Amino acid sequence: MTATLANPLAARDHARAMAGTVVDAMPVLPPVADDLPADVAAEDLLWEETIAAGGYATRRLKRGTRLRLIDVKGDACASLLLFNAEMTAERLNVADTVKVQWNAYLGQGKLLLSDMGRVLMSFIEDGAGTHDCFSGTSNAATNATKYGEGSNSGPFPSGRDRFLLGAAKYGLQRRDVHPCVNLFKGTAIAADGTIEPKIGPYEPGRALVLRAEMDVIVVIANCPHVLDPRDNWTVTPLRVTAWRGPVTPPDDPIRIATPEGLRAFQNVEDYFRR
Amino acid sequence: MSTDPHLSGLTGTVVHDAIVPARAPWLHHVAAGQTLRIVDLEGNQAVDFLLYSTDDDAERYSAQDTVAAQGNLFLREGTVLRSNEGRPMMTIAATSVDYHDTIGGACSCESNTLRYGHHTKSEHACVENFLEANLLEGRGKRDIVSNINFFMNVPVEPDGSLGIVDGISAPGLTVDLHAEMDVTVVVSNCPQINNPCNGFNPTPVRMIVTA
Repeated sequence: MTATLANPLAARDHARAMAGTVVDAMPVLPPVADDLPADVAAEDLLWEETIAAGGYATRRLKRGTRLRLIDVKGDACASLLLFNAEMTAERLNVADTVKVQWNAYLGQGKLLLSDMGRVLMSFIEDGAGTHDCFSGTSNAATNATKYGEGSNSGPFPSGRDRFLLGAAKYGLQRRDVHPCVNLFKGTAIAADGTIEPKIGPYEPGRALVLRAEMDVIVVIANCPHVLDPRDNWTVTPLRVTAWRGPVTPPDDPIRIATPEGLRAFQNVEDYFRR
Repeated sequence: MSTDPHLSGLTGTVVHDAIVPARAPWLHHVAAGQTLRIVDLEGNQAVDFLLYSTDDDAERYSAQDTVAAQGNLFLREGTVLRSNEGRPMMTIAATSVDYHDTIGGACSCESNTLRYGHHTKSEHACVENFLEANLLEGRGKRDIVSNINFFMNVPVEPDGSLGIVDGISAPGLTVDLHAEMDVTVVVSNCPQINNPCNGFNPTPVRMIVTA
């Protein structure tokens, strides 16, 4: 092997011979998906990627874009950061998300709110119902304690370290990795404040669809939930699909569901009045 | 022997003692080993609270790391306030209030428009205080994360219903925070007048640091 790669052209041929390799976790370019909703045209497909166990992905999505996440094998944990793509100092605010909606739990019809009184994304479909606004994600120290290793370069990377890399791809820094929400892995809160993890594993194929209400940058890390009780670092791939869609119309049932949410949409519409 | 009841139980020398007026920000550097006591002078006054590592302010208080590490949302005596890198920043050494909040966040002009209506946009808010104080040291909007609300009560009902309700604090109650590293404390003495967090009447609090 060493001998045959001893010159640049041999190395080139070796590298090129890899083309067309298909693995479980990878992006598909151009995107292809055979399970789009019936009313979505194939040419509106924007993004098709399977994020590896322990992997991450990040992408800019235009207002109106639908983002579908599928927990392919039942053990994915989609930890999510959100930024306003044109002004990244505006980002997801988990405290405002629960406080403004007067509820601790995410699901169908719920909004992901920014720190500027606007809705970044909304849940237009939720086939999971087990999500988490409170626990955040693992970091190198918690993974080292729990699994004996926690670095990006090791076998058990942490959610925070994945976020750091994903955010850095858009020029962001440590101070930009803000509190996250976790999708597919959930928590319930007991009366005394105890956080009860809802980790599964669940049946394969649970899906949810988020709608971008602003131009956003999403950073998704797929690492074990920080309160996963299992001794072994356990996580399975996460499939991501996005397609174009219309901007939310005035009579949208999620837009008008609550007075607080309506004002969040009105603030978005005001922001885009230009 | 001091007769000041607000100093009761504190050991060491008082190195800083300040009244934070109602509605005002406060920033102070607390060295590792020192204790910060916050006194709710008139009762039911939310004290919105952020922490930064003085040596490296990209490391800061993390509500999520703090509650995940203890498996509980409420901050009580013994709670370790953790950073976004999982390190202990301060410990609640003692408190005469049952628990404190860290899920309710800080009020802002913008979130006030959602919670109460656009007529409240011009009212003063905690994020304004956090920004004003942080800007003095080169931090800005990107540095404002989920905070602690000392003396504030945010229960979560079985169906997930959640809200800021009448406080469980009272005049003269305190929380004592032991610094585990050199920390920069940034406080907003909450000016909110549209919910019960301040009894609809913002009041002063006292900050006492002992070494």
